[in-house]
Amino acid sequence: MSKVVTTTVLPRDGWDTLNIGATGDTVAIAGDSLNTNVLQDAGGNNIFTSSSGTVSSTALQGSLQLLSSQTASNSASVSFTTQLTSTYDVYCFKFIEINPATDSTNFQMEGSTGSFGVTKTTTAFSAYHYESDSGAALGYEAGHDLAQSTSAQPLSGSIGNGSDENASGELYLYAPSSTTYVKQFYSKLNLYGADNHSGNWFIGGYYNTASAISGIRFSMSSGNFDGTIKLYGISKT
Amino acid sequence: MTTINVNAIESSTSTLTIGESGNSVVAADSVNVNLIKDASGATMWQSNGSGVLSNVNSAFGDSLVLISTQTADDSASISFTSGIDSTYKEYIWKFININPATNSQHFGFQVNASGQTGYNETITSTFFRAYNFENGAAQALDYLTGSDQAQGTAAQHLFTSAGNDADKCVAGELHLFNPASTTYVKHFYATTNGCQDGAVTQNEFAAGYINVTAAITAIQFAMSSGNFDGKIKMYGVK
Repeated sequence: MSKVVTTTVLPRDGWDTLNIGATGDTVAIAGDSLNTNVLQDAGGNNIFTSSSGTVSSTALQGSLQLLSSQTASNSASVSFTTQLTSTYDVYCFKFIEINPATDSTNFQMEGSTGSFGVTKTTTAFSAYHYESDSGAALGYEAGHDLAQSTSAQPLSGSIGNGSDENASGELYLYAPSSTTYVKQFYSKLNLYGADNHSGNWFIGGYYNTASAISGIRFSMSSGNFDGTIKLYGISKT
Repeated sequence: MTTINVNAIESSTSTLTIGESGNSVVAADSVNVNLIKDASGATMWQSNGSGVLSNVNSAFGDSLVLISTQTADDSASISFTSGIDSTYKEYIWKFININPATNSQHFGFQVNASGQTGYNETITSTFFRAYNFENGAAQALDYLTGSDQAQGTAAQHLFTSAGNDADKCVAGELHLFNPASTTYVKHFYATTNGCQDGAVTQNEFAAGYINVTAAITAIQFAMSSGNFDGKIKMYGVK
């Protein structure tokens, strides 16, 4: 075995590529780490890039991509206006511990094609059960659906504003960038009701437009709220 | 510091070792290689040289793994005949912009069990929906007895009476649990939202089990009559 001892190996003057090993060789990094900002395959395609520890990799990413996470802290609304594109076919919003400032208010959403107030038709139903066991039922919620309306779509019934009361759930939005079809969505959410019940809410519907939906805004029917809303894209490839 | 200026360093054997334990090896701009292994020889990933990776170590990515995508273009059916095995305990199919050629048809699925022929396994299921007319004339939550099955072998409805207008579509998802089991029946549930043949939105929920203990190895999606456009993606959940 022959050995070269040096601290730096550079390409010859005037060259910018240093080849290590020949075809068929195994190059072993016997040291503890290999430090580089870009790793490409032999064809020059990026496998990952890093910038001060912020890694970007399409090749190694999973299917569920966290695109944005926003925290509402006594906020009037939370908007996602830059992430809904043709990059993903399916987008998923997760609502975590939505706690309204005003008691007995609904968590709601609005879509935008450049401005909010897109026409939609929706359904709503819920199951509920009181802590006192005084009532439990499943039923259609006619006061929470919309018929060709531009109003905000409630995603819940009345959420309590007690310090431990909140709602959590998720919303799926399909192919928002399509310019052919209407945009389907559905959501599921569970809440702590203002009058001490568990409420399981189901909303479905479509934005009745062939224009791309480019933004979604969440708010309460009145007042501010706390909570976290995360937006995921579900990978196409 | 000493510097060597060369264009290539080659090994006198088949292995070229750079650095030794305790060293950090720094590559100033980029490292280009098709196969990455750790020091034990375990493969991290392999590239075909065109940026397409294979043999990616399961530690990368997340728990939702895209297995296959198929696009229906005036197609009678879409079948997934490979990739449904014991690798995952849960499979999810996502339906994107399903648009039927024939108005008022049902979008549905059936499966084939190992050792059997045809998409015709026994299913017992439930089906309910919420609907609302665009003009607000009617809305309800109701159970659809015509779309459930009691030990039936027909296609299981996922969405009923889909409209075929140019802008109408259906979207949703189907979850199937442990299809490779040879002990238990196979549970599934689905949620869809779509445009009915009238000016109506429907949010529909199907659930049930495939009443066989044989492994489910294939699944087929189709309209009750006629062709359809759209995209169906199959995922495994780690």
